[in-house]
Amino acid sequence: MSSLVLLVLGLGGLAGGYFIYSKFIAEKILKLDPNFKTPAHEFEDGVDFVPTNKYVLWGHHFTSVAGAAPIVGPAVAVIWGWLPAFIWVIFGTIFLAGVHDMSSIWASVRNKGQSIGSVAGKVLSPKARSLMMVVIFLLLLMVNAVFAVVIAAMLVNTPSAVVPVWGALVVAFIIGQAIYKWKLNLPLVSLLGVVALYFLIYIGPSFPVVLPDSVFGLPPSTQWIILLFVYAAVASMLPVWMLLQPRDYINGLQLFIGLGLLYISFLIVSPDVVAPAYNTNVPAGTPSLIPLLFVTIACGAISGFHGLVSTGTTSKQLNNEKDARLVGYFGAVGEGLLALAAILAATAGFATLADWEAVYSSFGQGGVAAFVKGGGAIMSQGIGISTELSATTLTVMAALFAGTTMDTGVRLQRYIFQEWGEIYNINIFHKGWAATLFAVGACLALAFGAGGADGKGGMIIWPLFGTTNQLMAGLTLLVVTVMLIRQKSAVKYTLIPIVFLLTMTFIALLIQLVDFYNKGNWLLIILDLIILGATILVTLESSSILKKEWEKNASKT
Amino acid sequence: MHPKLKAFFEGLDEFYHAPYRRTLTSAYRDENDVFMLMVFAEHLGVPNPVSYYTMELLPFMLEEFHSWHKRMGMEKSPIEHFGCC
Repeated sequence: MSSLVLLVLGLGGLAGGYFIYSKFIAEKILKLDPNFKTPAHEFEDGVDFVPTNKYVLWGHHFTSVAGAAPIVGPAVAVIWGWLPAFIWVIFGTIFLAGVHDMSSIWASVRNKGQSIGSVAGKVLSPKARSLMMVVIFLLLLMVNAVFAVVIAAMLVNTPSAVVPVWGALVVAFIIGQAIYKWKLNLPLVSLLGVVALYFLIYIGPSFPVVLPDSVFGLPPSTQWIILLFVYAAVASMLPVWMLLQPRDYINGLQLFIGLGLLYISFLIVSPDVVAPAYNTNVPAGTPSLIPLLFVTIACGAISGFHGLVSTGTTSKQLNNEKDARLVGYFGAVGEGLLALAAILAATAGFATLADWEAVYSSFGQGGVAAFVKGGGAIMSQGIGISTELSATTLTVMAALFAGTTMDTGVRLQRYIFQEWGEIYNINIFHKGWAATLFAVGACLALAFGAGGADGKGGMIIWPLFGTTNQLMAGLTLLVVTVMLIRQKSAVKYTLIPIVFLLTMTFIALLIQLVDFYNKGNWLLIILDLIILGATILVTLESSSILKKEWEKNASKT
Repeated sequence: MHPKLKAFFEGLDEFYHAPYRRTLTSAYRDENDVFMLMVFAEHLGVPNPVSYYTMELLPFMLEEFHSWHKRMGMEKSPIEHFGCC
């Protein structure tokens, strides 16, 4: 089958979702009010609360939520065949992710632009708030560990990407200096920055870097992981204008360019999908599709991580409540597009089924490697560059996404440690370097404990990351649902997703628990149990709160 | 410049600055607070070797002084001869 059919169906579905379903949810369920005075106007301070043009805000929201996860998840999940992944990404984006992002912005806007944790404390209960904090901490921990493993694997697989991936840091550093020290104008700097980045990608294949087979007995992927965390620790301590800000910016520009190149290539080449629609010949050890598919693809179908962005910066800058539809829902659609591109690249970029099966030799294999290999092949035909160069381009794209998320993740986690230091009076945590060291140490332990050390265990932790993400999404939707009950709107559009997410998360955690036990990985068993505990608590809390709300409603009428 | 292009460049600028506005503003304010402390050190009973010079800055700081002492949790000006409110 031609991938063009999938592309058209996917785009059509997403367009329908945006033009029809999101309109319905925005007008009939959330009842977005164009006359509501948003926090950006009510508390305008020129710092946090600034009314912002909706397209600019959409750009922010989209680039903040789109990372490596919508690439990795779908690229891992096509091991069950392209159809399940395709259906889950498209339907997930339409009915879950879009609604989640849009309604979480709304929930925050209606609560003075507070973050989802504070809103949960106010709308639900203080207990729900603490629960959410635990889930957020776990989420950050796993994001950092998982992305370090992902980047390390990419750098090992594609040595030509090493120079551009690390060179991008230098480009970002110079951009920061150009803006703040030399006061050059931004359009010029952006242009030069993008040119410099793509020049690095262009020369990458001429200067491949391969780390020695063993340094102090550590294999290359371990060396990369350590280097990455050393970098993340240093980056999180530097002033943001020097590195993080320009890095986020150039990465945002690069996202639009990369996505554009990929879709243009699909249109020109329209390669055949070689992978089966439903893979009946999955490698031994592949877990069952239900429920694992729904936690393997989190970002790209629904992701709780978005709630942190929607209610963190986005809601404080929303000019008009009606903009939530474009910013939130269409932001999720943007991520769905990235996930769709990942599915197409990982299933249509191979010459034969045997080639494809060779890459997907076991569960957790494939992933980014398949995306880079398949997408690289398509891109090289589409825009006429060498396979190596296009593979380098895609690797850099994915690695930069993962890298910027890691930077932010480590920084946020450092804040959490510092906050604990204040709450529990642990003096050492007050110091920035100590908090950073603890944050990085925790992630490093997880990255190695999860089997990333030899580079082979690879992605066994990935679905666990997905479960935490879904749990977070469930909690956010719970906040929205309670608010909907209070304004007497229909709740099934958010309640059904909650039930679905919690059920899939719960079963997936049990299945993984057995798997980790069989592998004897105690670190992951403990982590799994903690998340399982959180899931049960979330479920109990949800049902008790909903019951209370319904009773309150019934007694009123 | 074409107005559409101008709007695009403004959007680009916002795209660069908005995500870190909070962090940078608060860092700037922290730095400013330290400077403020230096200028008013003598008045607060902290010996300041360069007070001869910082004295000259006082009139320029009046406006910021008000928001500073409020931010530091003092309703009224803490310095007798320097009444701003």
